[in-house]
Amino acid sequence: MLAPVTHIIPLTTIIRTRMLPTAGTIQVRSGDKVAPADVVAETTIAREHILIDVAHALGVPPAKADRLIKCSRGDKLAKNAVIARSDGIIPRSVKTPREGRVVAIGGGQLMLEVGETPFELRAGYPGIVAQIIENRGIVIQTTGALVQGIWGNGRMEYGLMINLAEQPNHVLQPADVDVSLRGSIILAGHVGDEKVFRNATDLPIRGMILGSMAPSLVPLAMQMKYPILVIEGLGRRNMNMAAHKLLTTNEKREVAVNAEPFDRYAGTRPEVVIPLPVAQEPPLPRDLEAFAPGLIVRLLRNPRQGAVGTLEVVRSVPVILPNGIKAMCADVRLESNEQLVVPLVNLEVLG
Amino acid sequence: MPTSLIEGSSLLALDIGSTTTRASYFDVVDGRYRFIAVGQSPTTAAAPVNDLGQGVRQAITDLEVLIGRRLMDDDKHLILPAQAEGTGVDNLVSILSAGPAIKTVVFGLLSEVSLESVQKLAHSTYLRLVDVIGMNDKRQTHEQVDAILRQMPDLILISGGTEGGASHTMKKILEVVGLACYLLPEDKRPAVLYAGNQELADEVKASFEKLVPTLHFSPNIRPSLEIENLEPAEKELASMYPKIRQRQMMGVEELSALSGGKLFPTSFAQGRMIRFLSNISEKATMNVDLGASSTTVSGAMGGRLSLNVFPHFGLGEPLSGLLRHTTIEEAMQWLPIDISADIVRDYMYTKAMYPATIPATPEELAIEQSLARQILYLAVRQALGNLPKARPPRAGLMPNFDPIFASGSVFAAAPTLGQSLLMLLDAIQPTGFSTFILDQGNLLGILGAAAECNTLLPIHVIESGAFINLGAVISPLSNAGAGTPILRARLTYDNGEETMVEAKQGSIEIIPLVVGRTGNLRLEPVGRTDAGIGYGRAYRVDGVQGSALGVVIDARGRPLRLPSDAARRRELLKKWLWTVGG
Repeated sequence: MLAPVTHIIPLTTIIRTRMLPTAGTIQVRSGDKVAPADVVAETTIAREHILIDVAHALGVPPAKADRLIKCSRGDKLAKNAVIARSDGIIPRSVKTPREGRVVAIGGGQLMLEVGETPFELRAGYPGIVAQIIENRGIVIQTTGALVQGIWGNGRMEYGLMINLAEQPNHVLQPADVDVSLRGSIILAGHVGDEKVFRNATDLPIRGMILGSMAPSLVPLAMQMKYPILVIEGLGRRNMNMAAHKLLTTNEKREVAVNAEPFDRYAGTRPEVVIPLPVAQEPPLPRDLEAFAPGLIVRLLRNPRQGAVGTLEVVRSVPVILPNGIKAMCADVRLESNEQLVVPLVNLEVLG
Repeated sequence: MPTSLIEGSSLLALDIGSTTTRASYFDVVDGRYRFIAVGQSPTTAAAPVNDLGQGVRQAITDLEVLIGRRLMDDDKHLILPAQAEGTGVDNLVSILSAGPAIKTVVFGLLSEVSLESVQKLAHSTYLRLVDVIGMNDKRQTHEQVDAILRQMPDLILISGGTEGGASHTMKKILEVVGLACYLLPEDKRPAVLYAGNQELADEVKASFEKLVPTLHFSPNIRPSLEIENLEPAEKELASMYPKIRQRQMMGVEELSALSGGKLFPTSFAQGRMIRFLSNISEKATMNVDLGASSTTVSGAMGGRLSLNVFPHFGLGEPLSGLLRHTTIEEAMQWLPIDISADIVRDYMYTKAMYPATIPATPEELAIEQSLARQILYLAVRQALGNLPKARPPRAGLMPNFDPIFASGSVFAAAPTLGQSLLMLLDAIQPTGFSTFILDQGNLLGILGAAAECNTLLPIHVIESGAFINLGAVISPLSNAGAGTPILRARLTYDNGEETMVEAKQGSIEIIPLVVGRTGNLRLEPVGRTDAGIGYGRAYRVDGVQGSALGVVIDARGRPLRLPSDAARRRELLKKWLWTVGG
């Protein structure tokens, strides 16, 4: 049976695509070395349109209005620029209400795209530009540690990681967020108090990597300007030992936090990348695994939700669980040496 | 291994759900079609595989082992049709419900006429409405266009304008759709279904044919103010579904080609089967399907089908948003054990993140079953206004349906069939006489799709006992106080023996009638009780079929009211659970 995989890898090759929301200009070349803050592509985004009814304004039929329109599709017009002028002794004119670009003309009407704002795409990760995707984005390749999470607030940042989670069951209190953390990325356990996020905004910080977060904080976390990445999930739970160990042993290193939301269909997942120098390129992470003895697995549900262990046996016949449900299962030996029979669908492979 | 007695008779049916892909094999045994076996695999539409073909091949491989027959060649291509040496299969049909709900914008004119109808149409399959635009919409044209551009819908449904009616306002609507489609990048343009005033169909075709990737037409869903005609549009929408999905998910195009166009949305195929069963039984028939990513409630009577798909109700990803539709107290009211609200909330978010997981402890099973009851209760209540009514019950109650089919892993994989039935009774709260059928293998949709190429197969398979008859349920209505006798039921078995039960208000009573036996049931209301055909009226049901639970009298009242005291409520829930076998 195919197994879902979450990457918690000390050293791997990481390849990530960075895309513009709309077509634009690429600012780097294949083979270039980029830093996380480097602008790698640019475009402009217009979020509004204005429909100008030229025929109505001039009091003429649509076909005639089309002939009277002086501009063409694609023209950039300043505010108060004349779009069309009627004939006659006292000619009337139609002007642009705002600066914008003509995107459609027809039926005596004109549509203007307004409110254009520049958009800069940053590299987000340090690495080498492996590929250029014409007008749309780039592919970056880097090496380092990779820790995937389960929830993110959509932000991305790069900075120094400061560890406050001495233990996987750590709880971050508002008073813990003090001035010594300014400009850093905080590694912490559980957050259950909204003041933590507000205090972090006041400093400000560059990001948060959390074991878990109270579900009630989701709306506030989405408003925060810095990335918030949750490793385990929503609700009170400990960070898994594998992730905790890997992250805490890399404290005071520069890390890239990409807190993009987990989308099963788009294939996006929040992740922490810790760039590390290598002499030889390490292998790419394995995205597909089949359940087999020897794999390191994490329990996704109770009992022992979040515990990490080694898969010992995949049972060949369904097992009746303590609640009476029948399911295909595996024997898992936890790090605590406890042995459990766990439904395969409640396991994910770490690696 | 059975051999085919009819040429071109074996059938492979693929059911691609949001978490599980099933490959079911049907063949002829002793001159009749039979369901032979099902192979399963996790659905691989999502990352990291992003190709549902892999899950399909894995499920077929699993099936090959079970039936001892090769269905694919060495390159994992399906052998179609079956070969003389005994490999392959003669026919393939597929149903699909995997994938995120399709983002949809609907257009209409009047809110209580075409806009209402087009929203019903949208609820017939796995769509999520992201905007509703009618003639009373206060936004200006460019604001409506911007709203569409922001949403980037996958589908636009256009309705409005009675036949022969004014077309000016419709042209304004078409202008908005046209501008939005024009301004969207070519690869992001939505599919469009036009189901409005037919006088404008040619104009729509001329304007949109080259603009959008998929343009379909159906007869007007609201040809006049009094008439609503959704069926042709539902069929058209079902035919568009694979085309929209193939832009979103790898493997759909190949599957659609292999199926020879017989790839349907699961809800549509289930609905087709429900209507068919309703037509042959001449009874109001219902189906509920509680899945990981959506819940479907469909009802049919007199040839009329009402399909209601709720992508915001499901036991997987939609759980994270459930508390927008109900309170945590309501979601927890069905728990027979004391569990804190925080644990239930955590459960909901965990299940939303890992929709394929299952409860492995008694506590988690109790939470899952409590949530299932509340979700199905909400879905059924939302569908109530649209369901065809067999006999108007008291206002707000469920009309009588018989039989009621149920599918979804929470019912199919419940530890006991009594638990499955009790969840259904608590959530649906039927009235009158209803037979509850558990579709453990998710066959209903498959048979609905199979009917496209073989009309005999669904009948044979249903008659073969591939479904589980949970019980014949009588739900009497009475205002009597708790503990007061309200109904006498006498079951005369096929061997002449008799059992009589007097049901008291607030209780569940069971008269055993095992599978393979039949009986005649006499129902006599006591006092002012409606046992299904009106207050105080007695009646007989002959030929009641034996089932897992037998004859179940659910005299707990309608609507079912649970005690507000938590300890008392839990005791009562435990008692009911014990009555149905624990």
